[in-house]
Amino acid sequence: MTSESSIKSSIIKEYTGLTRKKLHVIIFLSLLLIFLAVLSASIGSADVSLKETYFAILERFFPDHFDVNPFAYTVIWELRLERVLMGVLAGSGLAIAGVVMQAILKNPLASPYTLGIASAASFGASLAIILGVGIVGGAHIIIANAFLFSMVAALLIYGFSLRKTSTETMILAGIAIMYLFTAMVASLQYVGEAEEVQEVVYWMFGSLGRANWSSHFPYGNIGIISIALGVTIPYLFLKSWDFNALGTGDETAKSLGVKVEWIRISCMFLAALITASIICFTGTIGFIGLVCPHITRMVIGSDHRFLLPGSCLTGAVLLLSADTLARVVVAPVILPVGIVTSFMGVPLFVYLLMRQRGGYW
Amino acid sequence: MKLKVKDLTFSYRSNPILNGVTLEIEPSELFAIVGPNGTGKTTLIKCIDAILKPTSGSTLLDEDDVSDLDTKDLAKRIGYVPQSAPRGSPITVFDAILMGRRPHIQWRVTEDDLDKVMEMVELLKIEELSLRAFDELSGGERQKVLIARALCQDPEVLLLDEPTSNLDIRHQLDVMKVMKMITKKHGILAIMAIHDLNLASRYADRIGMMYQGRIEAVGASQDVLTPENIRRVYGVEVSLINDGGKPYIIPIEPVEVSA
Repeated sequence: MTSESSIKSSIIKEYTGLTRKKLHVIIFLSLLLIFLAVLSASIGSADVSLKETYFAILERFFPDHFDVNPFAYTVIWELRLERVLMGVLAGSGLAIAGVVMQAILKNPLASPYTLGIASAASFGASLAIILGVGIVGGAHIIIANAFLFSMVAALLIYGFSLRKTSTETMILAGIAIMYLFTAMVASLQYVGEAEEVQEVVYWMFGSLGRANWSSHFPYGNIGIISIALGVTIPYLFLKSWDFNALGTGDETAKSLGVKVEWIRISCMFLAALITASIICFTGTIGFIGLVCPHITRMVIGSDHRFLLPGSCLTGAVLLLSADTLARVVVAPVILPVGIVTSFMGVPLFVYLLMRQRGGYW
Repeated sequence: MKLKVKDLTFSYRSNPILNGVTLEIEPSELFAIVGPNGTGKTTLIKCIDAILKPTSGSTLLDEDDVSDLDTKDLAKRIGYVPQSAPRGSPITVFDAILMGRRPHIQWRVTEDDLDKVMEMVELLKIEELSLRAFDELSGGERQKVLIARALCQDPEVLLLDEPTSNLDIRHQLDVMKVMKMITKKHGILAIMAIHDLNLASRYADRIGMMYQGRIEAVGASQDVLTPENIRRVYGVEVSLINDGGKPYIIPIEPVEVSA
């Protein structure tokens, strides 16, 4: 009897040990993100040391506790933190949208890109840039168009899911939508003027440079994205067990009490909403949504209680470090962040893929 | 707890699959559903667990209609063991079983949940598998894990869809013995669709023989697994050996049946 109960407790102990390791990864990523955020804020043409950056940031929350020079304070808070915050928000948002899409469609290829949401946004933006056509006029025409068209793509995917098509069919339909919008962007570029085409190309590279905040509602685009993430992410975290159950197959998930159709439809909508609200301000940043979930899954496994926050952090870390690199490599020229993300992320991704024994996913 | 299936019908794209199935199953009973391919065994099981919505008819757990129960409450009362689990992203056996606690947990896993998982791990004697990757297990090992998961739901009813069909004889016997033990010791009512008539004959308390969406015969194995019933339903000539009061079926040859 004693040996039996010791086997039992040793298995539980080992299991909780595994769980604790996942928690440690998440804690490590959080610390890394904080460090990177400060590092990134300290880098730029005006010289601000790492220490000054820390103090400048903390001064805001604990006034008169730190000896901060006003110049550093202004540089950090007026110029750099916007961009850093945008990197954190966009990275985590795109990554969680990717995990959720992969979970509900049970397909490793699902991402905001492969489902056509990103190319729909590009089309919306091109329409505004080249033809000046938009639902709302004025200064926000590009943003509004990009947002609306990505939601149109989401609606199309929603339409497919209503027909109870298989998840593979939904992926294929998404890829078809992607080609359609890409073709439409190309035809707009064909008729556009040289400068307009260039603007479209720059928009599609993706950039964190348009980040801004303001003191009144909705607090600039950083505020808008924060609100979108703040509303959706807690709900998605709460659904972790449902995402886990979906991995066992729809029928088992149902027998475990998951409302499969509802989860699929509601979470697809939320993932699309997150994606749309980010890329309408940043332009398309493709790589994060597809690959960050996989990188995280390879490190901490596919329990969504850890995978969702882990992916958010990985996305934020990757996008922020890519943007920082993009600012320093050939400074003062800033490279488009989308390009740097791929250059940094692909080698890491391929390395992790090759390291997995046997089949992954 | 008693389970009653009342006049259940189900059609798929206007193709009738179930044509009025009525059953009454007693507490602690191990009930086997046999019948040729495509007679609706799997569909019946899925309708009982409300995975599929029947066209008409109802399933009652004592007095509660399953279609009136909240999905989570239903998951606390009926456990479902699929024929196989899809390949997916990697999880440990422990996590796979823990999934069965999903109807009981909000987000946090408690000490009790872990104890429950270990209780089932010990019940099915899969201690040494418990921290391995679920995908790396053999068919028989997986089946035990799936049963352990369903038991973790703390159900009153267990539904199994051909739990022995991909297993070697050792694992077949293991699974049937476990099921027998669970029904008798834990008072769980189990319904299993099964192809192997001899396993059904030997282990099930009662057998229901299905044919074209109907229950053709129901009762003890010697009353249901008769050469006449088997010829009519399967179109196979058999001879029987008396195996301690239960029939052991030896298939001889296919025969033409007049409709």
